Amino acid sequence: MAALARGLSRGMALADARAICPDLATRPADLAAEAAALASLRRWAARYAPMVGTDGPDGLIADISGVPHLFGGEADLRDDLQARLERAGLTAVSAIAGTRGAAHALARHGGGIVPDGHLGDGIGSLPITALRVDQETAEALSRVGLSRIADLIPLPRAPLARRFGTGLVLRLDQALGAQSEPVAATAEPPHFGVRMTLPEPIGLQSDVMAGLARLLDRLCHKLALHNMGARRLRLDLRRVDRGTTQVEIGLARPMRDPMRIAALFTKGVDEVDAGFGIDALRLSAPITEPLAPEQVGSHISLHLSEQRGGGPALRHEDALADLLSSLGNRIGFDRVLRLLPADSLIPERSFLLAPAAYSSAEPMPPRGGPNRPITLFPPEPVTEASGHPPRRFRWRRMRFTTHSAKGPERITPDWWLDDPAWRSGLRDYWRIETEQGPRLWLFVTPQDAAGQNWYVQGEFA
Amino acid sequence: MLKDGSGKRLAPAVGDAFALRPARVHEATGRGRRAFALFQAARHPGPLIWVLPAYLPELPMPWGLPKGVSARLHLLRPAGETDLLWCVEEALRAAPTGLVIAEPQQPLSLLAGRRLQLAAEAGRTTGLMLIRQDAGSNATETRWACEPQASPASDSTLHHWSLNKNKQGTLGHWVLNWDGASTAFHMVSETGERYQPAEPPL
Repeated sequence: MAALARGLSRGMALADARAICPDLATRPADLAAEAAALASLRRWAARYAPMVGTDGPDGLIADISGVPHLFGGEADLRDDLQARLERAGLTAVSAIAGTRGAAHALARHGGGIVPDGHLGDGIGSLPITALRVDQETAEALSRVGLSRIADLIPLPRAPLARRFGTGLVLRLDQALGAQSEPVAATAEPPHFGVRMTLPEPIGLQSDVMAGLARLLDRLCHKLALHNMGARRLRLDLRRVDRGTTQVEIGLARPMRDPMRIAALFTKGVDEVDAGFGIDALRLSAPITEPLAPEQVGSHISLHLSEQRGGGPALRHEDALADLLSSLGNRIGFDRVLRLLPADSLIPERSFLLAPAAYSSAEPMPPRGGPNRPITLFPPEPVTEASGHPPRRFRWRRMRFTTHSAKGPERITPDWWLDDPAWRSGLRDYWRIETEQGPRLWLFVTPQDAAGQNWYVQGEFA
Repeated sequence: MLKDGSGKRLAPAVGDAFALRPARVHEATGRGRRAFALFQAARHPGPLIWVLPAYLPELPMPWGLPKGVSARLHLLRPAGETDLLWCVEEALRAAPTGLVIAEPQQPLSLLAGRRLQLAAEAGRTTGLMLIRQDAGSNATETRWACEPQASPASDSTLHHWSLNKNKQGTLGHWVLNWDGASTAFHMVSETGERYQPAEPPL
């Protein structure tokens, strides 16, 4: 507002704005954050009307038919809205009109209220750009001397449509109410959270688990309705003294089976300090993923449950996912890993350690060439190496004598990646069988300026 | 125990000499213990769990593992010894795992060994602890000492595996040729006997 008063306007070049107002504070636009703020404002605005939708990147539109008398009239409603927004620190312009187009036009040109039946008078003095027509049409109209909406209203429609397109006529009709334009409220994304308040505080672990089981039933039913599965679940426990404790679990794959999820909560609930008692529980699923309905009860599950002497019939992969969940919840999901092939010839980068919860198994593609060792470790230099390949050497305080050597296999570094470990240039890999038994993977760096050194990087079966 | 007429003990049949008794925890020691673990991993169907401490520099290299093992392998890298034992117990107790391999860095106490045996029985899962020298527990079902051996021929990879402790059977030691790519192996006779004549009779 202060900027508008100093003569700045929207869409102005930054250099011009700086010239007018040298001490201007500028910030790059964060469109995502703005959209999120508008979405939360839209949720709040639902207190004024059942149907609230966004109107462009910077506006909200609400259908307040039948609502104003609850606030004591349209003027009181608008004052209430403005006062609350002002208290929240937001500068906003609002308008109430009989049609969506008129309200849109008026809100962007000063705001106000258009009484019923006076739409033409109310918005007639506004410029034509307020009608949501494109810049070209507005310019063409101003060239023939039509600059305000009131100039358009008495004109015959047919020539207007023929000359400037039907879009202009449609917008005009929408603003004047000849053409209906409903307010479509944006569909709310489903909220996966359930709560429960208790008449008497509880403190026993079994009671909390029983309450959790009821919440889980409701939450999982809701997840099933939307074909979703939870990846993280958070249980907030409110104590009588208003303190809250949280129990959070992660799941190795999306899931909505109450029994199996409850089992994962057992350990966390065990550690909760109940204080003088817990009188409210809240269960939410902050992270969810799509989970298609599955057929339950295959013959594997029957077989398993027979083998285990009854119990819940779990499918094989489900049981493995449960195991990975419980392991991940204790040692961290980044420590439960899977080996995945990677597209590189460099031994260290030829495979990936991916979290098992967020990846699926892939078989190794077939490869030719020399065998690879079964274990790989960062290169360790050998000492007292003599010969090429070394006839005898020391490694890890052990003496080795070469029995046979197979090689070399030359591996060149990726020139497009600057890997500090590969600064010594290309490597010649040898498979060295020692008299002492171990079969080692040694390499030498022929391009190393510091001299040719031998390193051990792996051990064969 | 099988006995022939003279009362001498017979060595168990060669084919299943290396089969680990199911639903028990076994131990392997020596320099070739990882090779032994992979040999067993290739022979056990189902998901595999390998627990090794996060600070250990050695990692299994998927391109060098026996066929089909790397896709089934789950690597757990807990931070400490307590977490490691907890992971092993949890994995043994879960039904779907085929084989649980772990590399504890400290000597296994009798208590820990017994707990692992109970977990293996509860989950009907086989476990294999790759222990350091003399760091095993007495509760183990079998203990194998595995050493790679230099081979005279260039295309053979010999392993010397000896069974040092066996709760329900005989001890023994074998030299075999296993190339680390599949479940197939060849027994190498200690005395160098051939199973068939050197030249086919004319």
